[in-house]
Amino acid sequence: MSKLGARSLIAVPYIWLVLFFLVPFIIVVKISFTEMQYAIPPYTDIVTWADEALTINLNIGNYYYLFTDDLYFWAYISSVRIAFIATICTLLVGYPIAYAIARADSATRNALLMLVMLPSWTSFLIRIYAWVGILKNNGLINNALISVGLIDQPVPMLNTEFAVYVGIVYAYLPFMILPIYANLVKLDNSLLEAAADLGSPPWKTFLKVTLPLSKAGIIAGCMLVFIPSVGEFVIPEMLGGAETLMIGKVLWQEFFNNRDWPVASAVAVIMLLLLLLPITLFQRYQSRQLEA
Amino acid sequence: MQTGRLSNWSKSFLSLGFLFLYAPMVILVILSFNESRLVTVWAGFSTKWYGELLRDPQMLGAAWISLKIAFLSASAAVVLGTMAAIVMVRMGHFRGKTAFASMITAPLVMPEVIIGLSLLLLFVSMGQTLGWPGERGIITIWIAHVTFCTAFVTVVVASRLQEMDQSIEEAAQDLGAPPWKVFFLVTLPIIAPALISGWLLAFTLSLDDLVIASFVSGPGSTTLPMAVFSSVRLGVSPKINALATLIIVTVTMAVFVAWWIAQRSLKQTTHISK
Repeated sequence: MSKLGARSLIAVPYIWLVLFFLVPFIIVVKISFTEMQYAIPPYTDIVTWADEALTINLNIGNYYYLFTDDLYFWAYISSVRIAFIATICTLLVGYPIAYAIARADSATRNALLMLVMLPSWTSFLIRIYAWVGILKNNGLINNALISVGLIDQPVPMLNTEFAVYVGIVYAYLPFMILPIYANLVKLDNSLLEAAADLGSPPWKTFLKVTLPLSKAGIIAGCMLVFIPSVGEFVIPEMLGGAETLMIGKVLWQEFFNNRDWPVASAVAVIMLLLLLLPITLFQRYQSRQLEA
Repeated sequence: MQTGRLSNWSKSFLSLGFLFLYAPMVILVILSFNESRLVTVWAGFSTKWYGELLRDPQMLGAAWISLKIAFLSASAAVVLGTMAAIVMVRMGHFRGKTAFASMITAPLVMPEVIIGLSLLLLFVSMGQTLGWPGERGIITIWIAHVTFCTAFVTVVVASRLQEMDQSIEEAAQDLGAPPWKVFFLVTLPIIAPALISGWLLAFTLSLDDLVIASFVSGPGSTTLPMAVFSSVRLGVSPKINALATLIIVTVTMAVFVAWWIAQRSLKQTTHISK
């Protein structure tokens, strides 16, 4: 390829990403050091030029506020906790499904994969909304349980943390299944046969051979579920109720309800710092996939 | 991995998994024909919610805006994503590649609230310093959607580029075809299926986005998910069940048509190769 052609091929997506992905983060960091004001734009300038003096006004008040106010601290803690537990649940549900799909013959495999993906091509919002009708106090599950006489009072499920777990597992399941499946399907059969020939029982072969060899897929799947779940807004908003504290919801309220853009930016910066390690882990896997 | 007949364990995992994935959707479809507003009372078959949905000018307007944005975002994302995929798979090493790789894969997992907030702040700052965009709306949503959809298209196209047999391109090159001709006459037709699935994926992602669009939209550019969200926030609305059914039916039909075409072309190629 000509040098000019190659350069412009790199330049177009590169410039787009720098302009609309990297620069916005820098602006978020900048605005997190300003103060809210009732004007347009609703934050103060960092650098001002007045009376022949250049003033740089870095306000660390937003961060101080985040670290001293219990609400934010607990929102971070509980987001990470909820996302972590939900990721483990998704793994436990997703791994056997991925395993079963990888064991099927190739025609069935494609059909099963399509069935796994199909729900996520419909609407995320509507699929979460479906659970409202299933979980609420006079919803399908409670009504069914009452009518067969198992319970006489509805069990509160909607607006609890449990509902958030159900929502995350439900919405993110395909993102767990696909990378694990991609890993398992490449697994060399002769390794399993060798283990069997040497007298290893199936469960032991699974633990000692299959599971370690699918580690890359497990890590990718877990990161694909964990990272977006930490900042999830729709699921805790629709299923979690007022009690469930998650940082994505706090950021949303800070921005849309309190209209405090600087504090919302500081919330985003801390969230990003928290996610830096998992994101790096995910990227290492992903760029190996892209380049290999 | 050993393939063949599924064990009973596998079968039960699959049945339970698919029951979990599909039951809530089936319930929505059934409820959309329920005369009653209540989830738990079946008051008889009715299509009145569909009538109400189709007479709701706000929903229809929002659907039209969403379809326009999704079409334009998917088209731009396919161009950018294909370029990025070629850069990632074929270009070898260049200065700044690590940064490029991080920027292209980060949107796959980045929480939407962060992407939405950061792009909004970019647009506001640009508006302050450059005078553009003066007002947020379809164009700002389009930029945001192109940015995150490009990442998904890149992954889809890159995996196809890795699988493809590079010797065909080399043959064309040896026969004296200039690089642009090799790309348009050889590479592009081979990776075309990936471009189509990338486009469809980007289209559905854009159509589905609530969070990012809420941040970067402006007056008069309410998208369908935004309209749905404000309607379900007010309580259960049977109209949404009707909308859900329409979406589920459309997606299922589209997927089966795509599936059927893929199967048929697969059969043809095996037939030719015999």
